[in-house]
Amino acid sequence: MARPLDAEVLPAQAPAAAGAPSGAGAARRWWRRFARNRGAVFGLAVFLAIVLMALFADVLAPYDPVIQGVGPANEGPSWAHWAGTDSFGRDMLSRIVYGARIALVVGIVAVLLAMIVGVTLGLVAGYYGGAVDAVIMRVMDGLFAFPIIILAIAMMAVMGFGVKNVIIAVAVGFIAPFARVTRADVLAVKEEPYVEAARLAGVSGPAIIARHVLPNVLAPIIVQAALRVSGAIITESGLSFLGLGPPPPTPVWGSMIAEGRNFIVMAPHVSTIPGIALMVTIVGLNLLGDGLRDTLDPRLRR
Amino acid sequence: MLRFLLSRSGQTLAVLFTVSVIIFALMRMIPGDPVLMMLGDDFTQAAYDRLRAQLGFDRSIVVQYLIWLQAILGGDLGDSYLNHERVSRLVWDAFLPTLSLVVASMLVGILVAVPSGIVAAMRKGSAWDWGSMGFAIFVYSMPSFWKGIVLIWIFSVHLRWFPAVGYVHPWENFWEGSWRLVLPAITLGTFFSGLVARIIRSSLLEVLDQDYIKAARARGVRRAALVYRHALANAMIPVVTVIGLQFGTLLGGAVLTETVFGIPGMGRLTVAAILNRDYAIVQGAILVGVLAVVVVNLAVDLTYAFLNPRIRVA
Repeated sequence: MARPLDAEVLPAQAPAAAGAPSGAGAARRWWRRFARNRGAVFGLAVFLAIVLMALFADVLAPYDPVIQGVGPANEGPSWAHWAGTDSFGRDMLSRIVYGARIALVVGIVAVLLAMIVGVTLGLVAGYYGGAVDAVIMRVMDGLFAFPIIILAIAMMAVMGFGVKNVIIAVAVGFIAPFARVTRADVLAVKEEPYVEAARLAGVSGPAIIARHVLPNVLAPIIVQAALRVSGAIITESGLSFLGLGPPPPTPVWGSMIAEGRNFIVMAPHVSTIPGIALMVTIVGLNLLGDGLRDTLDPRLRR
Repeated sequence: MLRFLLSRSGQTLAVLFTVSVIIFALMRMIPGDPVLMMLGDDFTQAAYDRLRAQLGFDRSIVVQYLIWLQAILGGDLGDSYLNHERVSRLVWDAFLPTLSLVVASMLVGILVAVPSGIVAAMRKGSAWDWGSMGFAIFVYSMPSFWKGIVLIWIFSVHLRWFPAVGYVHPWENFWEGSWRLVLPAITLGTFFSGLVARIIRSSLLEVLDQDYIKAARARGVRRAALVYRHALANAMIPVVTVIGLQFGTLLGGAVLTETVFGIPGMGRLTVAAILNRDYAIVQGAILVGVLAVVVVNLAVDLTYAFLNPRIRVA
């Protein structure tokens, strides 16, 4: 997690500062600040644990997550099935472990997708200004007016089900925030003397954006991305809970919670345990995101 | 103030225009022919052509959009493909339960957030501060639909205090309706309270740091009196903005929460319509939902300008 942040972001944060710190030194200083934030370290630990769980799901899961009847139906936690079984007699623990894959993949890929599209639009709108800016940002205002889950529901209605479509549906709702954050910073950076100098030297617009503007607006974008992953996972779970997510029998936390709802009286574990996995993930990501915000981009601190 | 009002209303109209284009475009991207869907299985080519012309689908896309927009501005959201009921009627009937859930959740959220935010700010760094802020992150991170299920399990299945599902309009039967809204409102409202408590804490801390507060302090005003009489009113201004910004999130959360509690609201209507491919309803519900968000945002901005004169010139 620390790697991509070191080299590029920190020196770029203060490009004009006299005697800009070397990449490694800045990274060390950033890590010291980060390590002091107990919540952030806890969040990082939780996040890494979930990532490991998703990566090694086939090793960690005691059973196949989609095979029915590996145990009696709707049985509570036991030594054979630590998290119990669901109404089809599938092993809940295995489904939860595999569910981490969908949650992380959808959450991270959706945010990356939204970031690529939103940042590009924000760069273009901010740098070129004028009519291009007006058109792009009015469309973003329109998208921003949609509650994210409602936009995702609308997208699922248009595209139909499947993991790929869930990723796109979730991503669309996060484009506007990225575009707005990027544009606001580009407006400030483009007035800097070094951008002016590049322009006078005849460097083309796209080249200036790529070489001089983008590196200097990256820190708030990365913070924004870190803060949005939890929202993307919540949105995906919401879609799955409504029955608009990846189709069964895919192990998805949101659908597992929805399935368990019908057995809340006799088998409350079916709904509650996947929810705990989801909640722990979200708490971890939120703490990690807050920590990154406080250490990388002090301006956003509340 | 008038200039602010006009420019802000202009922005709102621009947003609504974009929203209408987005929804129109989305609905046209749906695979399948809406004319076929409306006709059902049994029809003649002549009937097909007639309906197609009647709906304007043989005209250019811009004309189609204008026809569509004109109908919507007149309050006509079309008819349900399946049972031919007026979509405006269906959406309105579903909107009221959702709106009462959102309002009840805001009340619960503010009731929880104000005291915990104040305590956290007044005893900054204490166990109270850590506890209430930890709780805020915790409830903020719980997905609403799961929280609702856990609450049903505890309070309906075990304690039998509340009915698990069902809805009655609070204005038709106040006690019955409110009682049934308690669990859904706690489900959605605690999410909101986590956010608001954090804002109240930080804005209160900021206000307490201002010179006029320090001056009052130096004159010997007691700390509690300071918070309640001087600081709180100013600290509440950002909260108004949060209510506006979060209305959309709450509406989205309501869609999920009402599914858990069997409330016949917008979420249920929309999801059922998607599964039935009844896109007239999907479109109407989304349109009304976003319209509500935009209007509330405008109202909150105007209130904010009224409360905080410095913003009016902007």
